[in-house]
Amino acid sequence: MTLATNVKNDPTRRDFLYVTTAAVGAVGAAAAVWPLIDQMNPDATVKALAVIEADLSAIEVGQSVTFKWRGQPIFIRHRTAAEIETAKAVPLEDMIDPQTDAERVIAGHEQWLVMVGICTHLGCVPLGQKPDDLKGDFNGWFCPCHGSHYDSAGRIRKGPAPKNLLVPPYEFMSDTLVKIG
Amino acid sequence: MSSHSNYNPTNPVEKWFDERLPLIRFSKEHLMDFPTPKNINYWWTMGAVLAIVLVVQIVTGIILAMHYVPNIEMAFDSVEHIRRNVNYGRIIQGTHAVGASMFFFAVYIHMFRGLYYGSYKAPREILWILGVIIFLLMMATSFLGYTLPWGQMSYWGATVITNVFSAIPLVGTPILEFLRGGFVVDNPTLNRFFSLHYLLPFIIAAVVALHIWALHVPGNGNPTGVEVKSNADTIPFHPYYTMKDLFVIVVFFIPFAWFVFFAPDILGHADNYIRANPFVTPAHIVPEWYLLPFYAMLRAVDFDVLFINAKLGGVIVMFGSILILMVLPWLDKSKTRSGNYRPMFKPFFWLFVLNFLMLMYLGAQVAEGIYVILSKVGTAYYFGYFLIVLPILARIETPKPLPNSISESILDKHEAKAAKKIQIGGEGNE
Repeated sequence: MTLATNVKNDPTRRDFLYVTTAAVGAVGAAAAVWPLIDQMNPDATVKALAVIEADLSAIEVGQSVTFKWRGQPIFIRHRTAAEIETAKAVPLEDMIDPQTDAERVIAGHEQWLVMVGICTHLGCVPLGQKPDDLKGDFNGWFCPCHGSHYDSAGRIRKGPAPKNLLVPPYEFMSDTLVKIG
Repeated sequence: MSSHSNYNPTNPVEKWFDERLPLIRFSKEHLMDFPTPKNINYWWTMGAVLAIVLVVQIVTGIILAMHYVPNIEMAFDSVEHIRRNVNYGRIIQGTHAVGASMFFFAVYIHMFRGLYYGSYKAPREILWILGVIIFLLMMATSFLGYTLPWGQMSYWGATVITNVFSAIPLVGTPILEFLRGGFVVDNPTLNRFFSLHYLLPFIIAAVVALHIWALHVPGNGNPTGVEVKSNADTIPFHPYYTMKDLFVIVVFFIPFAWFVFFAPDILGHADNYIRANPFVTPAHIVPEWYLLPFYAMLRAVDFDVLFINAKLGGVIVMFGSILILMVLPWLDKSKTRSGNYRPMFKPFFWLFVLNFLMLMYLGAQVAEGIYVILSKVGTAYYFGYFLIVLPILARIETPKPLPNSISESILDKHEAKAAKKIQIGGEGNE
């Protein structure tokens, strides 16, 4: 590109100055725009709520409780022995998003299933936490929005959802206390 | 295009002003003297209706923003406050909510008019594409606005639609959190949706200005699809079409007023009178009626195609259904613009209209059994119409002969009518 003309039409010292000025200007503009974009991302107060502790001592076998973490419902289910057995018995090839039961829980605490209670399809909250809720064809959870069926390990078995219910990062502080986040 | 101006300011002040800023000249050229085909029918009146409805939405919206509170604790109550306590608030809020529906009703007529009469064909491709952009902006605006009352449908509609972006591979979740300003739809989401809902109508107004500019370069189309050839083909926009448009606007406002005064909630969903609850999803999430065909197409894809899973596939189909309109001028290569002269095109077009209405019905049904099958058939025809039917028709169809000019087509009609009269009169004498 030649902006200033000389006899040979070669780039001149002035062309170089024009190009560097424009380049510095573009970098400066991009740097100035970044804060205007980044302000949209989750702010400090949202991130501050990112760790909770859940007390499991009052949850009976066969009972489910919903906690709140990052504004999302967290499903914690105290599974019965029968549910664990059924979940373990499912062959991997029957699944949409194959995962063994052991990959969904923490070893030594297999009775506790901890999951984000948000359907992986389009974000509805599946039914199945209350005893009289619909639990779907696999006796786990059922999303009423577009008909996704989850089994007793929260794995997607039927319907449009592509993934199993998400297992959040969590650890056991003691046998009845978990830290989520 | 100053050729059609007969603005000759005689007043020295007007003359002085005209030489410095020809604003009056411009208005007279484009809003009054603009040569308009003399044969355009009532399907050509929706543009004016849409302009008026946009103004109604902006005016009522600005007023509502004086009373509405964009905070999750107060939003729901503030809308009820507007409806119950603010002077005439019931009417103003009702007009804004019903106005959105009327806006889409008019825009669908406007768009189907364009599809039938080939308004998207050269030299009006940019005009058509700008229209599609306006349609996209309208959908975004109405979705953002529907979130503001913070009812159950508001909340879950916002959740489901923002979740659509999580289908994007790799960057889906960061984009989702960026759009929501959090891990779920929450107060930051409501705040920014309010801000953007206030902004977008002005962007729509700006694109409408470009749309009209692009219209005034080639001028209006008309039902014959034959371009204007001489002054005999046109009449000035004012008073002929200003008055015709005004008549239609008056007629259009009758059902509009009926909804506002007697059934302001009939087009909405009862669940939106339940305050938003992030822990309970309504049994059946339904968008507003005007988005249903696209929602039906989103849900119709419940199968994987190669490496594209059902969720991403649905999203691609939904956005594709609108983006395909942008390339329509290059899919339909038929030289004949107007559907009136295309015998094979006509049945396919009307089937397309019926199919669109069927998808609208299906979008409100549960995603099970026969409804899923019909949604798939409807989606297939929607895309088939653009990708298969129109390109093939352009090759094989023999159009009917076109009139030589607009005025000739009118004269032909008159002659035919006169001939018929004579015939009928003759029969009566026997």
